[in-house]
Amino acid sequence: MYAYPFSYHRAASLEEAVKLLQQLGEDARLIAGGQSLIPLMKMRLARPSALIDLNFLKGLDGIQRHNGELRFGAMARHADIENSGVAAAVPILHDCAAGIADVQVRNQGTIGGSLAEADPSGDWGAVLLTLETSVRCFGPKGERTVPLAEFLKDAYTTILRHDEIVHEVIVKVPPKNSGGAYVAFKRSAPVYATVSAAVQLTLDGKDGCKDARVVLGCVGLTAIRARDAEAALRGKPLNDKTIQAAAEAARKVAEPQSDMRGSADYKRALAAALVKRAIGIAARRARGEDLEAGHEYAGR
Amino acid sequence: MPDVKNILVRIRVNGEQREAMAEPRTLLVEFLREQLNLTGTHIGCDTTYCGACTVLLNGRTVKSCTLFAPMADGGEITTVEGLAKNGELHPVQKAFAECHGLQCGYCTPGLLLSSLHLLTRTPKPTDRQIRKAIAGNTCRCTGYQNIFKAIRTAAAVMEKR
Repeated sequence: MYAYPFSYHRAASLEEAVKLLQQLGEDARLIAGGQSLIPLMKMRLARPSALIDLNFLKGLDGIQRHNGELRFGAMARHADIENSGVAAAVPILHDCAAGIADVQVRNQGTIGGSLAEADPSGDWGAVLLTLETSVRCFGPKGERTVPLAEFLKDAYTTILRHDEIVHEVIVKVPPKNSGGAYVAFKRSAPVYATVSAAVQLTLDGKDGCKDARVVLGCVGLTAIRARDAEAALRGKPLNDKTIQAAAEAARKVAEPQSDMRGSADYKRALAAALVKRAIGIAARRARGEDLEAGHEYAGR
Repeated sequence: MPDVKNILVRIRVNGEQREAMAEPRTLLVEFLREQLNLTGTHIGCDTTYCGACTVLLNGRTVKSCTLFAPMADGGEITTVEGLAKNGELHPVQKAFAECHGLQCGYCTPGLLLSSLHLLTRTPKPTDRQIRKAIAGNTCRCTGYQNIFKAIRTAAAVMEKR
């Protein structure tokens, strides 16, 4: 399949990328890994007149830890994060990075591209909303750092202006007594999840929940923070009753659409089940257990 | 209509420096097949699903239907044509033949490169790691048991070398 014709440009620096965006006008787009944009262009759902390739821009793919923060360069590939010892400090990040699509897509796709694309079914949005995450954006007037919840505005829409670029994704490392888990259900490896649930819990003692973040993916225009589910856990003991209440609250906040991945009712039920599972894993991790979580699909 | 100037794409394919002009929207898989006449890399679904078009770009597998050729400029590419050396099949190729890891053969070039990518990084993979490594490669003839056996066999052979 062929995309509509476009002119092709390379940026050697962030400054040059901004300049090209300004010169080439509103129909120009940046391309990072291209794993969302290229399929959209081939299906002719996207039709940029010009592409500015960021793959030749050096030094934008770093993964570093600084003063209790993890800093991901926008061009850090999912596979880089999957294999990063630095990122392993926050298990929910590994859950996500290690299960996005398949090996080939993870080798190419980037965290910055994924957030800037803001696909409602993208994995990173849901996961990063459970953490204190901000997005450092580079533009003609310099940089601004925006909380992720503000950055993601709507389906395929962020606060980025036409001549702005994601520079870095900054994640605060959660405290020691905190644990998270991402559970995404998909029909097979290469596809987007049907529903996903991301949970980060901070414990009070062994079974008390001091704080909770619960976010659902794929069941709304953006990832949805399930605040009622969080309230059902915060300040309460973690037991079957409170976990069930949180799952029920998450079911209510989901706004899924019926499509080829499943009916809306099915997705609501799935959301509740995944939240329950993610809470269980997050709590065990917060107590220091080392266990696996991530994307679930047939043949795994 | 945007100014669609053709771009010179220079890549090192299977150890050989190659170059050709291409329209920017040329997919890497089309560049390999049409411009360089390397037709071993197949186009299956053309929608980033099936993995038939998998090649190594700078040592990492990518779906060459999901990359515009200019994005790979200056890169090093391995396709299925680069696996055999001096007329001798690569151990992964031999194992696929011996274990009946292919039937119609359409998905095989991609599976071979995904297998090689795994075994280069993880010489002794667990069952789970093998399944995960080929989750982005779809076969519609054999089922995956013989492919799985082929990768196990290749791992043992490559480790001895």
